[in-house]
Amino acid sequence: MTVKLSRRSTAAGAIAGAAAFALIASGCASSTDPGAEGGDITLTVATFNDFGYTDELFAQYEAENPGVTIVHNRAATSNDARDNFFTKLGAGSGLADIEAVEVDWFAEMMQYSDKLADLTDPELADRWVDWKTAAATDADGRLVAYGTDIGPEAVCYRADLFEAAGLPTDRDEVAALLEGDWDTYYEVGQQYVDATGQAWFDSAGATYQGVVNQIEFAYEEADGTVIATTNPEVEAAFTSVLEASSTLSANLSQWSDDWFAGLSNGAFATMLCPGWMLGVISGNAPDVTGWDVANVFPGGGGNWGGSYLTVPAQGANIEAATKLAAWLTAPEQQLSAFAAAGTFPSQVEAYESEELRSATNEYFNDAPVGEILIERSQAIGVAPFKSVKYFPINDALQKALTRVDVDASQSIQESWDQFVADVTALG
Amino acid sequence: MLTTATGLSAPIQKKQRSVRRIAFSQTLSRWDVKISPYLYISPFFILFAITGLFPLVYTAWVSVHEWNLIGGQGDFVGFDNFAFVLSQPPFWIALRNTFSIFLISAVPQIAFALLIAAVLDRNLRAKTFWRMGVLLPYVVAPVAVTLIFSNMFGDQYGLINNLLGDLGIDPIGWHSDVLPSHIAIATMVNFRWTGYTALILLAAMQAIPRDYYEAAMIDGAGIVRQFFSITIPQLRPTLIFVIVTSTIGGLQIFDEPRLYDSVGQGGASSQWMTITIYLYNLGWGQLNFGRAAAVAWLLFLIIVIVGLLNVAITRSIAKAS
Repeated sequence: MTVKLSRRSTAAGAIAGAAAFALIASGCASSTDPGAEGGDITLTVATFNDFGYTDELFAQYEAENPGVTIVHNRAATSNDARDNFFTKLGAGSGLADIEAVEVDWFAEMMQYSDKLADLTDPELADRWVDWKTAAATDADGRLVAYGTDIGPEAVCYRADLFEAAGLPTDRDEVAALLEGDWDTYYEVGQQYVDATGQAWFDSAGATYQGVVNQIEFAYEEADGTVIATTNPEVEAAFTSVLEASSTLSANLSQWSDDWFAGLSNGAFATMLCPGWMLGVISGNAPDVTGWDVANVFPGGGGNWGGSYLTVPAQGANIEAATKLAAWLTAPEQQLSAFAAAGTFPSQVEAYESEELRSATNEYFNDAPVGEILIERSQAIGVAPFKSVKYFPINDALQKALTRVDVDASQSIQESWDQFVADVTALG
Repeated sequence: MLTTATGLSAPIQKKQRSVRRIAFSQTLSRWDVKISPYLYISPFFILFAITGLFPLVYTAWVSVHEWNLIGGQGDFVGFDNFAFVLSQPPFWIALRNTFSIFLISAVPQIAFALLIAAVLDRNLRAKTFWRMGVLLPYVVAPVAVTLIFSNMFGDQYGLINNLLGDLGIDPIGWHSDVLPSHIAIATMVNFRWTGYTALILLAAMQAIPRDYYEAAMIDGAGIVRQFFSITIPQLRPTLIFVIVTSTIGGLQIFDEPRLYDSVGQGGASSQWMTITIYLYNLGWGQLNFGRAAAVAWLLFLIIVIVGLLNVAITRSIAKAS
């Protein structure tokens, strides 16, 4: 009797279980293509920070393409976007139709380029600067991402605070004042700190980002070998930034609540400004009138960030999404994104446009941001090599900087030692 | 009862084979008595097998392999992932943080919940209003709670440090120091869960016969005496339940520490990195699911051990009193 009972109940259990599995399976499989029947389609676009994609821009596309509705999801930081991207890429579903990808984790993503739609289009072949397209082309020659912006760096400064410290306020004079290497930048900073008792730059982390982006092979050799912990250039950058920070830094952790507050309350007088940072400043400190931007960058030029749009192959509306991605990265739309958020175009044609050359930014005291960033982009000497481990290593290094600069919980040497251990643990 | 029925029916069947139909319907009804209860409760166990047991076993399977988030299964590595995790200082720091945050949140939470429940249990005006009121924080999304609190706990320009500054007290490193960060996170946890726990305790309090209190009052016992001599002893089973569930929840804490700063990795020197965040960083940061699964299993074992300890301690307390 008992034997019979248990057999019966197992059978019942198995049937119920199988039914439940079937339900789940069919639930997954039933995500059929809503656009297949020519009906209305909804395209989701996932970005982070501020890409300059305004509601008006999407509305314009919707008007030109009847039946298309665009939903825009914005993650707060690139880290969030990366977590989300890889989780859902691995799961095989859940990604937006168009996913924005940042250059720091681009190499990681390129390992799985077969999970992305091939966006190759002969008509678009010459749209972007060469190195932008080359990075997005995989071993099989498929173009898997359309470049949006690049991040030529300038220096943003608070003219009102400069004046109070007895420093020049005109952006050309400031550029002349800061012209030189990082030591010049720190020396002028020391003058400011001595005069006011306030901090010169926002954080060690952000400043280090400017330094490391001038090193071609910082964390990895061209063959992918990790050299981060043994590279004297990296350690020197780490040490010099932290030594300067001990007097010059506002000790804020970038993107923290305190940091955003510091943008408005004058906690620091300068910060490194890739094009896209202009939008971050004006968006988060709308009431401040003193921000300005100088056509100069310590140590020459540098590129910080810049992103791509990809179309994951798991999406239901690949064709429509590709069309939208191509439209969004066209020179005209990139120029309007530049106007909205300062994201500097990676499109060759845009550089010749009068619109970009004559672009000014009212918030930054009517600075000729178009012209400044064009010159800044020409000053970029090095395209840093970023391979698979770049993002996690840079993350660990940023933490090491934070431990000394913000938390004040470790000495420079202790923090470096822990960074070495952290990188080793990445395996 | 049942066994005697079976014992009777067997000889009857042998003697009178002609009435087989009756015998079969008897068998059916016997089956009904024996099997039906299992069928009635089976949906839970079937669901549990699918949503609880299967992931547990599958995680064990993942934890003994090299496993990349996107690449999927790699080589079988035995207990290498466990050995790696246990040899990592961050794991032990995470363990320390988890227990610290758990204790700082659970102990005051249950104490406050008891107090709130005791107050709500008395004859108040607008009872329902107050009872709904304590549940309100629980309804607020944890993300919203965390955003507001992490802003309040800003190191340089946060509300709390500003207030402390006005009082002439040095600012506290809510994000940079270990213990303050734990306290800040525990505050968020307590804000959300105290009311919920209080309502569970309140429900149990309402079930205590009022005669006890009347008798106590006639004997001249005050409110405090009544609380400790009647309410607390009567609540014991519910308290055990609350303690065990809050242990499980506390050891799995994730939302609050993850959203406590903009990076979400538990601080630059892992000040408030809990085990679940460590797990998350391994899995989604380093894309190494083998190691993340090993952490998941270790966490499971820790929760089981702490849960058993909990039960043992509360039982021995129950016996002692």
